[in-house]
Formats: sequence, structure tokens, C-alpha cells
Amino acid sequence: MGLIAEITHRCPLQCPYCSNPLALESAKAELDTDTWLRVLAEAASLGVLQCHFTGGEPMARRDLPRLVRRAADGGMYTNLITSGVTLDDGAMATLREAGIDHIQLSFQDIDPAENDRVGNHAGAFAKKRAAADRIRASGLPLTLNFVIQRHNAARVGDMLAFAEGMQAERVEIAHVQYYGWGLKNRAALLPTRAQLNETTDIVEAARIRLRGKMVIDYVVPDYHASRPKSCMGGWAQRFINISPSGKCLPCHAAETLPGFDFPNVRTHSLAEVWESEAFRRYRGTDWMPEPCRGCDRRELDWGGCRCQAFAITGDAGATDPACELSAQHYLMGEAALESAAPAPAFIYRRLGKSGLPAGPVTRQRALLDGS
Amino acid sequence: MPRLGVGMKFRFDAVRGAWVVLGPERLFLPDDHAVEVLKLVDGNRTVADIAMLLAARFDAPAATIEADILPMLNSLAASGAVRL
Repeated sequence: MGLIAEITHRCPLQCPYCSNPLALESAKAELDTDTWLRVLAEAASLGVLQCHFTGGEPMARRDLPRLVRRAADGGMYTNLITSGVTLDDGAMATLREAGIDHIQLSFQDIDPAENDRVGNHAGAFAKKRAAADRIRASGLPLTLNFVIQRHNAARVGDMLAFAEGMQAERVEIAHVQYYGWGLKNRAALLPTRAQLNETTDIVEAARIRLRGKMVIDYVVPDYHASRPKSCMGGWAQRFINISPSGKCLPCHAAETLPGFDFPNVRTHSLAEVWESEAFRRYRGTDWMPEPCRGCDRRELDWGGCRCQAFAITGDAGATDPACELSAQHYLMGEAALESAAPAPAFIYRRLGKSGLPAGPVTRQRALLDGS
Repeated sequence: MPRLGVGMKFRFDAVRGAWVVLGPERLFLPDDHAVEVLKLVDGNRTVADIAMLLAARFDAPAATIEADILPMLNSLAASGAVRL
């Protein structure tokens, strides 16, 4: 079982595919340190084995090292998912001392100018590059995460070569997942089927060449798929995701679903959360309609993704339309036509400005500092 | 000399009453035989050393044990849990 601690929505980057909800939570809505310390202790005693600190940019919270220490003391494997732009020598040393086990560093592209354009943060690539060197020098395992979309899909080979040069233990070639800001920017991001096939071929060849040296995890977009992904390993079966304000969700996108009363750690223990109505609603196979109910893959893909079912069909309890057996599968094909049209401008991820088109590159120091 | 993979942790989980190997986005639940081998993997002992220690404990020929644990260590290495 894993805990996904989304400790803040503050972030110095503004990636247009951010998995955070369009309605970002503000700094003043965030849980305080003591509440997080209590939640982390509860997680450890429930048998949670892995704790993923994410955001937003989790390093924007100054108490991150204290939270890492509490998770490590509880025996959890501690994973930091970061953009790396604030990972300087001091921060690295503090995290090591706190007991961090692993850092996953995200890149928007291997081309520095494009990387900085996607994150809307001048100089981001150089900082990430320096962060990668720091992680490597620290002796920690290094995972590089590259987010793939129509503008950078042609450079997957260069990304893998860079990861190999860094001697990364693991690299994620992760196509954008179309939720939250990603869904809003789908027409600007979704690759064509031909682009997807090309990245798949490159990844498969690299996996054979690098077997035993570097693990390559590969995530594809659902829009060109014939079967759905096993989203989160099934609804509320493996993960609890806690939002910055303490809302407990079976996945980071579940807040988009209407008609739910998601429990909050301010008022509920994690044990209560796990057995709450919201967590039980789509757990297992009892809730399934046909064709899922009678499908021999029902315990492999668990009916796919509830958030995608809702976003595309309007019914969270429907079969994921990514499945070719869904009566609404054609909607995915229609949406995928966007990938062949000219790409519109990005709508950058911003607090309280979810509907405005992209402006010039600006540094969001105020957001990062929480002021 | 086998050692745990970079970033891998091998520990007893009291909640499950079972040994686990934890790593980056990875979780392995080794079987009883693998647990006995992993307890002896410290980066200093050779495979032969480990086989000898197990031979003494389980009263079996070291060569037989070594032949048993080699494929196990190879599969742990393929998953990244162990480096050979």
C-alpha cells in the first residue's frame, strides 16, 4: 500500500499537463506540519510501505525534511517527486540527513529551450541538469522522468541517451495522462498515433539493449489504446492520495467526480478513510457494469479509470471508454483527431487563472515562497 | 559478491508479519527461501559463503544449496533487487 502525500500545489513551474486539479489549493489551505506528522505515523502503523512526497513542488514546503524524517522513522520507503529547480547543495544535504531513499526528477524535454517553454520557467533545464548531477553524486538511486507530448515525442531517443549517460537506475518515459490541466490542454499535447508508435518502437529497442542496466518504465496515452490501463491498480486498492488541504482520494484526479464526500485527515483517521463510502464505491468488481462484469480482464484492468469514464462519457460508473468494448470508445477516437490538427497555444497551470490563455514567461517566485 | 541493488531496502514488516524488499516504485515479497538468502546478502559474502552458511544451518551439501540459490539470485538481480 502506498501513500501519495500531495503536500502543496505551489510550484515554480506551470506545465500545461499538470495532474493537479484546475482549482488549485492555496498555501493557506494547506495542512500544518503537526497534522502531516500524525498522518505519516498513522500510515506507518497501518502498514503503508511507500510514501511518495509530491505536489505541486513538494520542496516548496519548508517542513519537507521533517515529514521525510517521520516517514523514514516509521519504516516507509521515502520517495521525493520533484522538478529539481530548487534542489541545491543545502537542500540535498538536508534531505539525505532526513532519510530520503529515492528522488524522481522530472524533465519537460531534453531540448533546453523547449523544456523551459513547457514549464514556463526560464533557466529550468540548467537547474534540473545540476540537480541530476547532485542526486548522482549523493549516492541515491536516480530516476529521471520525461513527460511526452506531441512537441517532444521525436526526442525520446535523445532522452534515453541522456539517462544512460547519467547512469540512471530508472527512467520513466511517460506520455501525458489527460486529466486536470492535461485534459484542458489536450489539443495542444496529444500526439498522433504515428508519433506514439515511433516512441514505442524506440523504448522497446532500448529496453532490450539496456536490460539489467537501466529500468525503463513506459506509460502510453489512452487515446490510441484498445484496452484501458489498470488505473492506480484499481480504485482504492493500493493508494491513498492526500491533497494539500487533507482531502483523501483514491487517485489525484478523483476530485473531479461529482457526488462524492471525500473524507479529510483533519477529521478522519486513515483507517476510517480506507473503509469510507467514497473508497468502497468502485473498489473490486461488484460495482462493474457490462462489458466489464463478464470480462476476463476485470481483475487485470479493474474497469480502467473512473475519472476518464466521467470526463468522456459523463458517467463515473461506466466502462473506461479507452476500452474498445465500450459503446463510447468512438469518443476517444474522435478526440484523438485533435492530434492531427495544428496545436493551439498552451494554457499554463496557474493558481486562480485557470481560464486564461498563456502569457509570456514569468517566474512565480511569490507562489514558491508561499507569499 | 551479491549486494542489495542501489536504493533497495530489505526489512521485516511487522504489520504483515513478512519480509519485504522496497525500492523505487518497486515492492517485492520474497518467498521463505529467498528471505533466508537475502538475510545473508551483505556485499561481503560470496555466493559460496552464503551457500556454506545455509548448508550448516539446514544440514545439506553446500554444492546443492549453491545450485539452488544461483538461479534465485539471478532472478533477484534481473528485478533490480540484488546486484551480483
